Amino acid sequence: MALLEFDDVSITYHSRGVDVPAVRGVTLSVAAGETLGIAGESGCGKSTLTSTVLRMQPKSATVTGEVRLNGRNVLTLPWGQVRALRWAEASMVFQGAMHALNPVQRVGDQLAEPLVLHNRVSASKAAVRVSELLEMVGLPARSARVYPHQLSGGQKQRVMIAMALACEPQLIVADEPTTALDVMVQAQVLDVLQGLVRELGVGLVFISHDLSVLSTTCDRIAVMYAGRVVEEGPAADVFDHPQHPYATALAGAFPRVGDTRYRYAPSGLPGDPPFPGDLPVGCPFHPRCPGAMDECRMAEPPLLQIGDRRSACLRVHSTGERS
Amino acid sequence: MSTSEIHDNPARLSPRGIVRMRRRAALHKFTRSFRHSPSGMVGLCLLGVFVVVAVAAPLVFPRSALDVTQAIANPFQPPSWDYPLGTDDSGRSVLALVVWGARISLLVGLAATVLSMVIGTTVGISSGHFRGWTGGALDRVTDWFLVIPYLPLAIVLATVLGRSMLNIIIVIGVTSWPGTARLIRAQTLSVEGRPYLERAKALGAGHYHQMTRHVLPNVTPLVLANTTLAVSISILSETTLSFLGLGDPDNVSWGSILEQGFQAGAISQGAWWYLGAPGVCVVLVVLAFNLIGRAVEGILDPRAAGR
Amino acid sequence: MSLDERRPAALEARGLEVAFRGRGGGGTAWAVDGVDLALGHGEIVALVGESGCGKTTLARALLGLQRPASGQVLVDGAPLGYRGKELKAYRRRAQLVLQDPTGALNPRHTVYEAVAEGLRVHGIVQDEEARVAEALSLAGLRPPERFYLRYPHELSGGQRQRVVIAGALVLKPDVIVADEPVSSLDASVRGEILALLLRLRDELGLSLLVVTHDLGLAWNIADRVAVMYLGRIVEQGPTEELLTHPRHPYTRALLSVVPEMQRLEPVVLAGEPPDPTNIPTGCRFHPRCPVVASGEAARLGIEERCRTGELEILTVSPQHTSACHLAINEGM
Repeated sequence: MALLEFDDVSITYHSRGVDVPAVRGVTLSVAAGETLGIAGESGCGKSTLTSTVLRMQPKSATVTGEVRLNGRNVLTLPWGQVRALRWAEASMVFQGAMHALNPVQRVGDQLAEPLVLHNRVSASKAAVRVSELLEMVGLPARSARVYPHQLSGGQKQRVMIAMALACEPQLIVADEPTTALDVMVQAQVLDVLQGLVRELGVGLVFISHDLSVLSTTCDRIAVMYAGRVVEEGPAADVFDHPQHPYATALAGAFPRVGDTRYRYAPSGLPGDPPFPGDLPVGCPFHPRCPGAMDECRMAEPPLLQIGDRRSACLRVHSTGERS
Repeated sequence: MSTSEIHDNPARLSPRGIVRMRRRAALHKFTRSFRHSPSGMVGLCLLGVFVVVAVAAPLVFPRSALDVTQAIANPFQPPSWDYPLGTDDSGRSVLALVVWGARISLLVGLAATVLSMVIGTTVGISSGHFRGWTGGALDRVTDWFLVIPYLPLAIVLATVLGRSMLNIIIVIGVTSWPGTARLIRAQTLSVEGRPYLERAKALGAGHYHQMTRHVLPNVTPLVLANTTLAVSISILSETTLSFLGLGDPDNVSWGSILEQGFQAGAISQGAWWYLGAPGVCVVLVVLAFNLIGRAVEGILDPRAAGR
Repeated sequence: MSLDERRPAALEARGLEVAFRGRGGGGTAWAVDGVDLALGHGEIVALVGESGCGKTTLARALLGLQRPASGQVLVDGAPLGYRGKELKAYRRRAQLVLQDPTGALNPRHTVYEAVAEGLRVHGIVQDEEARVAEALSLAGLRPPERFYLRYPHELSGGQRQRVVIAGALVLKPDVIVADEPVSSLDASVRGEILALLLRLRDELGLSLLVVTHDLGLAWNIADRVAVMYLGRIVEQGPTEELLTHPRHPYTRALLSVVPEMQRLEPVVLAGEPPDPTNIPTGCRFHPRCPVVASGEAARLGIEERCRTGELEILTVSPQHTSACHLAINEGM
């Protein structure tokens, strides 16, 4: 059984009497010890989708489908159980989490907070656990006594990861955990996350707009566009041989240094991502697609499984059938 | 002309025309939102009544109605058909006094507020924009004015400058700006940190350009909202100063009516109309400005509306 | 395109040092500590480094926004003056494009006003509209009239960055300094903006200094790359040579952690960049240098020099310099 399953999840926001579909029929799953990368640009629905895991979606949103964590549908659980599930079964590391630390409280006290709240452990036991957690993310145990402003950005992000680990969750959702960090610090944080998956066997959902980061850390990658998964498959395949033209563009946006094809040839897409409340008819990607055909303007292509990959592009479907 | 038309046919317009059209559109949008604010409209109507009364005062009551020597009615006469708000200690109609008083109270309130806003905004923007010595000095001056008890300073100034309407305006203006300056300075500092100021500097913009083109438009909503709230404080200040006998002796204002009534023993005479009429007027006008101020604040800064 | 020996560089830093006095007992921070860097006419140079290495301060100093403690900024071979008039004249020739286009545009100014601002600052009143229209078209916003009355919040991130670029182009500058021009943009828009910068160089002969932490971006558009570490340029050279055959251990480490470079064994440097108020003796990179840490430097007999000897910049090839003893020792 998969640790986390999104089963045909759709999320609609209601704003000023208009329905804005942020997520449209997403089916994905993550097993324990597996890393799933979700790639896409701002507004594609990736953060909205994962916010449902801890039932943190905005109140105004309507969610259909099922989000199952260990087989239980999170969307219909009573609130008491949802609170227990937060941190203890699944936890989140946010983008810009560096600002989520309380500036006037010592790092150790902030780390001990979820322990005391959820596991009801004594202060001395919590202190031992705090040093364990800090060690796990590669920080010295004495960091527990410092205040957040004494740490650098990368160190704060590692504290946030330690906090997410505090109650030994089975699943961690990391939403752009390395955005705004330097390459070297990013490499350090990615190292920590990969180590956790390897050693503790947690499931990791890693959200990023940077396909190259995902390709080094994830087992599988799902690419989202306009609220849907448009491509999904093993990480290396998706990055090296993307099928959907949008995945191709994302992969090309972060070029391989040394690859002469990208020298003096930055690749991008014309236009901008569509507004979720006003999607084009047919494939939502067709206005920006270099290979759009007439059929693409008629109906939205389904997400079809071909081998171990899924893709929502008519061109991919036709070549897949032929082979 | 709708906004889509503006977007489609701007080629015919000169840059100045574009700016004018945009301003008109912004004003239109503002008035539309204001009309949808019930409390703002109530305040505006209330204020409108007072303004009409103040402007029309000479048509309703001749100036001679204020002349003690020409008063024919009995003193301390309670409200009646002839004198809807009763008479004062010299037999003048209190209604006439209140109507004429509205002119001075509104004029002093508005003028003093404008003065206070100009000083406050100038000092606030300058102290936020010029770091270092100049800003520090302006800041200290603001602090200094802020901690001085306002009333004694106003009394001293009014005594030194003498009793006239202009002096009352100056006194209120120069004592009430520090709060505004503080507010504007804080907003200026947050605007100063924005990258578009860095961009303007890199374009070669001088201090004047930076302050007028970038800082001022971004603090204007705050200034406007603050102005309407400050008017009510100015009117109260005028009332206070006149009540203390520091007002213009040649003109009747709501404060001076209150002072005169108090001096003439209206309280011991039980002449409630004498003190009540100007008192209620002050409360209503202050309320009107506050209602308008809140509505303007809500429109210009949508985040504040929810509070 | 590369530096032409016969023509002075469009913009050059010579022995440039910028210091910030510490607050509350902190020592003086040498954000830029002796930088020599030249930007040729029509050249694109990428200035690469971690945050806090001084690359943004260097860019600001090159634009005259920051006065150097010592050293010179040379514009077309002539030293930049810091008097009001001289600076203002220089501002017409060198423009800045900032990282975050949302912040770089005043939310209360329309696109037209944002682009025309440069003209108004410099008192250019003739053909204002034609100039604005031309700049917008050059930046890829066509037809320009459609954008005049838009406010920044009505535009997408990519369009906003194009407006910022148009605002820089309207004064017909020779040099543009772009500080992380695409790092806050969506992935699919990045390439379009980079392509625009390349096209501007090709069509207008602009010189471009791109400040970035992204080596992929450098590979995409730069002619030359300069790598900065703790206030100093530690390696610079033509992009192909530097990024495929880096000489400095710091450049190698940076390259190895670029996620796309899976063929390299990642060298994740421990710790953060050291403090510019407390610069190590000798080679400033030695406390984090993997070559020193692994003992290889000792084996080559250069460790003592790494730790204490003041380091000069060594020439690897005519265009390629590296501030590392290894560069010579490897005997290339």
